[in-house]
Amino acid sequence: MSEEKSHRGVHILPLRIYLGVGAALLVLTAITVTISFIHLGPFNLVVALSIATVKAILVALFFMHLLYDNKFYLLIFTFALLILGIFIILTLFDTMRRGDIYLEVAKPIQEQSEIYSDSTRFSSPEPEH
Amino acid sequence: MSQLSVTENHLQHHFADLEQQRESAKLGMWIFLITEVLLFGGLFCFYAIYRAWNPDIFHNAHKALDVRLGTLNTIVLISSSVTMALAIRWIQMGNKKRSRLYLIFTFLLALTFLVVKYFEYSHKFHLGQLPGKFYTYSGIPGTNPHLFFSVYFTLTGLHGIHVTAGMLVIGWLILRTSKGDFSENYYTPVEMTGLYWHLVDLIWIYLFPLLYLVG
Repeated sequence: MSEEKSHRGVHILPLRIYLGVGAALLVLTAITVTISFIHLGPFNLVVALSIATVKAILVALFFMHLLYDNKFYLLIFTFALLILGIFIILTLFDTMRRGDIYLEVAKPIQEQSEIYSDSTRFSSPEPEH
Repeated sequence: MSQLSVTENHLQHHFADLEQQRESAKLGMWIFLITEVLLFGGLFCFYAIYRAWNPDIFHNAHKALDVRLGTLNTIVLISSSVTMALAIRWIQMGNKKRSRLYLIFTFLLALTFLVVKYFEYSHKFHLGQLPGKFYTYSGIPGTNPHLFFSVYFTLTGLHGIHVTAGMLVIGWLILRTSKGDFSENYYTPVEMTGLYWHLVDLIWIYLFPLLYLVG
């Protein structure tokens, strides 16, 4: 059975594509669970995220029809993920490198603040005032 | 064009034709999905920062999660994505009964996901593996293991809310399909819900390895 086209030009994918993609997703899940029990150090994260990305691409292209629909949807979705990547990576540049230029010293911004006068404030569930 | 009278009923006056109406709805849905990506993106950033700062806490605490239940839920959610995609395919082919059947499958799988999640959550509540000051568990070595549970509950909690919302919409679709509101000429709500549901699946595809597998 080849790809059918209805009268409005809507793609109706053959059943085997959905079942094939579903099976591929389950196999990839089995692979990622198995690999997580093998100790690879930092590569565990790399492998897990790579497999998750392959799964995400399968879901987006086939289940969400991005491969067959107007490519504009693919463009805006990819662009949003790109912006998200920049957001997370730039945040990590900051949070991971804070001590590099200036020495980090943990001290209260305003030492006379009320919250520092009462040391029990954070341990008690209900602050008094 | 024998079905013109049928299709015209669904065409709002401000659109030139059904094709334009459909494409506009889809564009709107994709923009909504992008805001969802950014909403979860903030929390993924939360995860990235805390994990980068406290790799040991995450490594030790993630072992408290049950990989078997996580894997089960991954399988359940992937299956529900397949049944959702098939429900759309059946309505595209004009088979309302099959479409409704697959919507019901999707609904039940979503319910299964939440039930498994309920057992996971209640187990953690029982042990006191909770965020911040509510953390009372003592079985995880290292300081501040509650940080991991803050991340875990925020991410899975927001995802769980999305699954619940998806279930409500799918339930509404089941009712409307039963009434015969959708056909091969008009199934936009089914298709849009499908997109949302696949996004919920897609987010879980990342949450599962990040929380359960690599911590």
